[in-house]
Amino acid sequence: MTVLQIAALAAVALSGGGVILARDPLRQTLVLGVFGVALTMLFFVFQAPDVALSEIVISTVGLPVMVLLALRKVSQQERERNEEKQ
Amino acid sequence: MSRRARLLMFGVAAAGLGVVLIIGLAGLPAFGDYQGVYGHVINGIGVSARHATDLVTALNFDFRAFDTLGEEFILFGSVLGVVLILRQLRGEQERPSLEEADEHTFAGASDALRVLALVLVPALIVLGVYIVVHGQITPGGGFQGGVILASGPLVLFLSGRYLRMRRLGPHTLVESADAVGAAGFALVGLSGLIFVGVFFKNFLPFGIPGHLLSAGQIPLASVAVGLEVTGAFLVAWSEFLDQAILIRSRPPEAEQ
Repeated sequence: MTVLQIAALAAVALSGGGVILARDPLRQTLVLGVFGVALTMLFFVFQAPDVALSEIVISTVGLPVMVLLALRKVSQQERERNEEKQ
Repeated sequence: MSRRARLLMFGVAAAGLGVVLIIGLAGLPAFGDYQGVYGHVINGIGVSARHATDLVTALNFDFRAFDTLGEEFILFGSVLGVVLILRQLRGEQERPSLEEADEHTFAGASDALRVLALVLVPALIVLGVYIVVHGQITPGGGFQGGVILASGPLVLFLSGRYLRMRRLGPHTLVESADAVGAAGFALVGLSGLIFVGVFFKNFLPFGIPGHLLSAGQIPLASVAVGLEVTGAFLVAWSEFLDQAILIRSRPPEAEQ
């Protein structure tokens, strides 16, 4: 195992733990992007560039956009409900 | 159940799991010790039998194209589900003024950001097309290139112009791209059945390894998948964006 591979594994472990420890969904989404980049490095240094390419576009573009938009919709609905109560 | 009993149960289960894990991990092959046969076979025959230099793409779009067909329709089906669930429900209305949605303001939506987005859109589209059509030569292919292609219009939204994004990728266009791509990949398989008698067997000339038009059906299949993935992601994102930006759960009069 090379130094790069050990570093990539450590980065995945650290950022993966970070995703779990971030309790606020908005922050969690951002940390999830970092986790995706770490996974991309992992796939790349383990000689799987095809998987790395898929991972980087999904984890940095595909998934966060959907999660962030869903969060926006949920907070919007909560605000509307609160306004109705008042 | 008391706390004590629960802890006891957890202890028994955790100990059992630990023993099984240790037995399993002890039997793992050493790091980098590959014992599969399939990989060696594909590495040996990929270039000579299919004239593709990226064997991962050769696997996806030729050797095991049937698996890819299933995966492709998983994506197609899930996007269909998104469209169905996020449809405009009774009692929900689109915002009356669409211009307001176009200029939805957030900190940092500056002119510089807009110029950057305008520069990025063609660059992302060129990169996406490059990745799609070079799948058989270098890492990449229809799926990766398709997501990059779809993120081109998304950049316009990130710069604060949602309706511009809708104009660049109108609903009917991206929906038909999704459907045509999915059907196109299935048709590549059917062509194999029609012209050479086996589903997904190559029916095109192989060409010279390393050339753009080589590896038989792989470029064609890659373009079809690229079209499908571009459409699928744009459809899913626009459904989410419609929900977050345009659709309100109350009629417009009540919003005043």
